[in-house]
Amino acid sequence: MTVTPMINYFAFLLDRANWVGANAEIPQRLLEHVAYTLVTVAISAAIALPVGLLIGHTNRGALLAINVGNAGRALPTFGLLSLMVILIGTGTLPVLVALVVLAVPPILSATYAGIRSVEPSAVNAAIGMGMRPSQVLFKAEVPMALPLIFGGLRSALLQVCATATVAAYVGFGGLGRFLIDGLSTNDYAQVFAGAVLVAVLAIALDFLSAAVQRAVVSPGVRARSTRVGSGARPTQSGPTRTDQPAPTAGTSR
Amino acid sequence: MIDYITDNRSIILEALAQHVWLSLLPVVIGAVLALPVGYLAVRYPRLYQPVVNLGGLIYSIPSLALFLTLPAVLGLRVLDPLNVVAALSLYTFALLTRTVADALLSVQGQTTQAAFALGYRPVRQLVGVELPMALPVMLAGLRVATVSNISLVSVSAFVGVPNLGSLFTRGLQLDFIEPIVVGIVLSVLLAAICDVAIVAAQHRLTPWSRVGAR
Repeated sequence: MTVTPMINYFAFLLDRANWVGANAEIPQRLLEHVAYTLVTVAISAAIALPVGLLIGHTNRGALLAINVGNAGRALPTFGLLSLMVILIGTGTLPVLVALVVLAVPPILSATYAGIRSVEPSAVNAAIGMGMRPSQVLFKAEVPMALPLIFGGLRSALLQVCATATVAAYVGFGGLGRFLIDGLSTNDYAQVFAGAVLVAVLAIALDFLSAAVQRAVVSPGVRARSTRVGSGARPTQSGPTRTDQPAPTAGTSR
Repeated sequence: MIDYITDNRSIILEALAQHVWLSLLPVVIGAVLALPVGYLAVRYPRLYQPVVNLGGLIYSIPSLALFLTLPAVLGLRVLDPLNVVAALSLYTFALLTRTVADALLSVQGQTTQAAFALGYRPVRQLVGVELPMALPVMLAGLRVATVSNISLVSVSAFVGVPNLGSLFTRGLQLDFIEPIVVGIVLSVLLAAICDVAIVAAQHRLTPWSRVGAR
């Protein structure tokens, strides 16, 4: 074994030429990564939100919603990505399909769990006030379910951001390129730069989505959800507990 | 498919064995570290929010980024499997500290007051009452950590650490679907078996919850 020379891990990250100018690669890859992530989460939400709302509201197909969530967590992201590339071919489409398949389960199961977690008395009150089923759903159930729905959206966002990085292995753009290209040329400064950028981007996306959540969720619901979260309820292991997500809802990367 | 499996049995089994220890050892390490920290976050309420925030921060770092920055931090080679163990231990720790804290919080109130009234000293109350009562919530967190670890390990094949994920890179390189399907099926099966094992353990360890559920 040779002695590894000291690597200046920050060389690539601190090189001005990588940040500004016509050949600056970092802003371009960063934008690509953000665009892919947001587009995928938007497509996934367009699929998962209506289905989750429907299952939560009618409580039909509840088993499906729970199992989709669990199965999605067990599915190895890299394996799914590889499978799609072999089945569909190289390019953007197989990666997008794999990312959507990964992002749908957390949104779907969180939406379902969110709607189911709304107190029945609140729903009954809404019905008693003469609301139509669609009004009950959108004026009572959805606002109160928002914290959990946001939890699902945010874990999908992180999951997609992380997996889009892995997708560079199959020729996808984004920040993962720095990791793959750096590894293949033993340019560890580039690998390190890519890894740091992805981590910072993921944390920034999570912060931003938390800010959106604070802006959108009604203050009354927020106060209620923190009270429940502090563990004031005496019975924690009742039968309803099982169809709730685990206490730490952010479950994916 | 059958031909592929019989021809490559030793490679597949080797990958599976690697996968098992790379995913389950971090669960143990992370859980052992999370217990005292989660306890401290309950004992000293001012620590709770910082601990939860730190956990969320760690948990939002993509696994590949962590696999590749840890060597620089720990001074290990990029290919060293210990990077994977360290990264996954960190995720498990981040997830479980909050779970442990929330689980312990969930048993406070009448239960702890009853134990106190019966003359339980703090240590005995923690070990004999609070921890067992907190098990259902803690084990729910452990299931999430275990299952997500098992699916995350395959990402490390990408940096050259052998495990079931190596079957994915092999399939991609050879444009060959069999190893990929075998890898996915084994990974999901492993996750399902571990999940069922934890549920079974919970069933045995918390006989009172079955009585209470009626």
